[in-house]
Amino acid sequence: MTGSSDLRGRSPDLRARAARLPLSPPGILFAALGVLALALPFLSLAANRIVAGEGVSAFASAGVPTVAVAIACIAAGLALGLVRGAPWMRLGGSLLGLAGLVLLLSQGATTLLDGAGDFARVSPAAGFWCLALALMLLMADALSTMGLGPWRRGGLLVLLLAALAAVLWSGLLGDLSIAQEYRGRIAAFRTATWRHVGLAFGSLAAAAAIGFPLGILCHRRPGLRGSVLPVLSFLQTIPSLAMFGLMIPLLGWVGSTVPGARELGIAGIGFAPAFVALVLYSLLPVVANTVAGLAAAPASALEASRGMGMTAMQRLVRVELPLGMPVILAGLRIVLVQNVGLAVIAGLIGGGGYGTFVFQGLNQTATDLILLGALPTVLMALVSAIVMDILVDLARPTPERSR
Amino acid sequence: MRIGLVLRAAMVALLLALVLRPGWFEPVFAPLAPAGGPVIYTRSSLLSLSLSHLWLVAAASSLATLVAVTLAILVTRPAGAAFRPLSRTITNVGQTFPPVAVLALAVPVLGFGAGPTLVALFLYGLLPIFENAMTGLSTLPPHTMEAARGIGLNNRQRLMRVELPLALPVILAGIRLSVVIALGTATIGSTVAARTLGEVIIAGLLTNNTAFVLQGGLIVGLFAVLIYDALVMLEHRLARRSGRAQRG
Amino acid sequence: MIEIDRITKVYDGHAAVDEVSMTVETGTITAIVGTSGSGKTTLLRMINRLVEPSSGEVRINGEPTHAVKPHLLRRRIGYAIQGHGLFPHHSVARNIGAVPQLQGWDKAKIRARVDELLTLFGLEPDAYRDRFPGELSGGQQQRVGVARALASRPDLLLMDEPFGALDPIIRTRAQQDLRDIQRKLGSTIMLVTHDMDEAVSLGDKVAVMDQGRLVQYGPPEEIIARPATGFVADMVGDAERPMRLLSLIPVSDLIEEGAAPGEPVTAGATLREALSACLWTGRDAVPVTRDGAPAGRVTLQAIRARAERQA
Repeated sequence: MTGSSDLRGRSPDLRARAARLPLSPPGILFAALGVLALALPFLSLAANRIVAGEGVSAFASAGVPTVAVAIACIAAGLALGLVRGAPWMRLGGSLLGLAGLVLLLSQGATTLLDGAGDFARVSPAAGFWCLALALMLLMADALSTMGLGPWRRGGLLVLLLAALAAVLWSGLLGDLSIAQEYRGRIAAFRTATWRHVGLAFGSLAAAAAIGFPLGILCHRRPGLRGSVLPVLSFLQTIPSLAMFGLMIPLLGWVGSTVPGARELGIAGIGFAPAFVALVLYSLLPVVANTVAGLAAAPASALEASRGMGMTAMQRLVRVELPLGMPVILAGLRIVLVQNVGLAVIAGLIGGGGYGTFVFQGLNQTATDLILLGALPTVLMALVSAIVMDILVDLARPTPERSR
Repeated sequence: MRIGLVLRAAMVALLLALVLRPGWFEPVFAPLAPAGGPVIYTRSSLLSLSLSHLWLVAAASSLATLVAVTLAILVTRPAGAAFRPLSRTITNVGQTFPPVAVLALAVPVLGFGAGPTLVALFLYGLLPIFENAMTGLSTLPPHTMEAARGIGLNNRQRLMRVELPLALPVILAGIRLSVVIALGTATIGSTVAARTLGEVIIAGLLTNNTAFVLQGGLIVGLFAVLIYDALVMLEHRLARRSGRAQRG
Repeated sequence: MIEIDRITKVYDGHAAVDEVSMTVETGTITAIVGTSGSGKTTLLRMINRLVEPSSGEVRINGEPTHAVKPHLLRRRIGYAIQGHGLFPHHSVARNIGAVPQLQGWDKAKIRARVDELLTLFGLEPDAYRDRFPGELSGGQQQRVGVARALASRPDLLLMDEPFGALDPIIRTRAQQDLRDIQRKLGSTIMLVTHDMDEAVSLGDKVAVMDQGRLVQYGPPEEIIARPATGFVADMVGDAERPMRLLSLIPVSDLIEEGAAPGEPVTAGATLREALSACLWTGRDAVPVTRDGAPAGRVTLQAIRARAERQA
């Protein structure tokens, strides 16, 4: 609104020139970032897993033909990203660039390790991360201008995850230090994954089971809403570490005094305190969004539903819930993403999950171990967010005709 | 309202006592400490830890506010319109990054200490402020904007006299969100050797000393609640002044 | 027959509706008119017990409404409101079929009824059945809202400012349609409005409410010709009275033998339209046609006499 009214005040030839320019401004930014990244060290080679590595430029990281092909892919990808108004081409560019990046990473690791000693480690360095960032931003920018429907986004997500799985499965990146860390901990990684999923999704389920009825009750009784919501938002301001810490004595006390609690696995350390802390954090978004969602039904539709003889239950199920579903699901999205992240802290109190690797890595100053915990967490949070966004779109009560 | 005031005063008093005179609470925490172990955290002064914690949060949040608001202004101008979808995506995606992961990922680049914590707090703090500033600046009442142009304010004057003041409550809500997250994340900063109140909690976790955990947790919790509350009150005042309907 | 018997609603010691009694004949339209705060909407909402009366009772065909559970009562009474109140997430067909579905009709019967009503309201079933309310124009939404209220063939249709959200031209059209459909179906309708023109043109009887009390209840001619109180006279508007009156009388009442020059008016038109035609073209009389054939004329003098005598 402000944008268009501001435009009118601008000099016309400036606008005309901007419109004639065939380049995408964000694309220029990504390309500049990419060129800058090529000047930074692409890989780092260390004598062992603890000592700091030495940077290796992208151009020196592998044999000349490989480097040439890989850099050409990356450059071509970034160049395609410059094209204005052709989002599919820009998406293709980002994929091409990422392919080049994987090629250089894979070949570079193998080349550098060759003859560097038994304990030598190769990790991606700043240059790699900047290039990856530029290309992923390009992908995000292209996708956001495409405005894809929920099904197409879902399909694209599956394809991208399949590509990622294929790269990891193929062992192309097997020479990287993080892969070596992984190979040393396959069983532990699997346990941590399940534990992390259990913490994040389990607490989501528990929070939904408590939060939905509470939200519906709050919707019906404004008095209750006035006292429940402030308490829940108070809970959310407590810093996570403090919350996790406070759960330890509390659940320890419950475990040792309430008969049978210990048999259910309730104890001061481990899964239970982390789980309870996550549930407490989740209640606010669930309850607040349930209340907001139920209030989203237009007043005249509610009046009509009462007037035509719907019971309170029929009103809830047929009118209020379907109309509020996107908002309610948006609350669950917040909770899920937040809990995937917070579950990392469980690693500090023996609750397991990816946090175990993060904090072990921090203790041992082993960067790749930190990454082994942090990268899957980020991936899980991202995928959860995208999937939940798709669900929110699908839950929209009046489907868009254009699908 | 009266009860709220008494409650706030009590919380401030409790917080000051916990930080300045931790010795007073020895009898309260004693049952929670392991037999023969220390009850009150004495390895470093709670006051200096609190100050260092608050300083980290204040520095990161001010920097984040400055950068985020500037970026939001740029993106809501016609010249920056091309970056709007991108910036929206970045805020959406960026906020899915767990704060702990951001902190952990900053360590390899910056080493241990206050540095990575500051950077993580700054980066993570940008997003809510930027998001709210964008919302605030792009949802101004069109009549007001038309009137501002009508009385002959130029672009700069409109920004400084109309747009920013009107968007201020919304921006402030973003700052509040960001500060609360920063207070919590700074606690975790202790795991990368930043001097914050998290040190007390972590020391408690490592030595099974619940007294320490409770002590640290209470202080951080009180800080968070009081700062959150103060910012909410400030927002309400500003919202009343700028006439924006604001829900609690 | 709907009997409203000394019904009262008290809010905080103040009577929003004060001992109102009236009887509504089956198959008629009753317009309840009043300013905002007059209690007209509260009165309407007490009939389907969206508001529970403080005292008094309503009987529909002899059966007191408080003998039935409120939601079951409401399923027998149609209800259409301002801004239509359609469910935005349901298709037109699901909206119209809502009450029959609540009453447990089988699918085929609901479908047939929906198509019947769509046709009745001039909406091609195949084109409109699966649309969503957001895809309709304001006038179409309003028609679907009324169709929904009529779907289960209710004993009574309550309408609360049903045309309030429509612009003037569409509103006139919607009023005519409602009149036609009511004639065709023989429905009993009670309608709340703040617009005296609407009340007078739609109602077989008009009830004027003021400060919770029913101040006058009678046929529109009587309301206009003999307002019971100063308030009713204000509502009718002194300057407008002769015109309002003429707009209630068909030309056929005053047809006389003879010829007149110029464009004719139809026998079904109102005297107001005939007067307008006289004044605009400077004639003392206009010819009248019935079913296309000449039927005589109506004179300016006769129109004037009619307006005068009544007033």
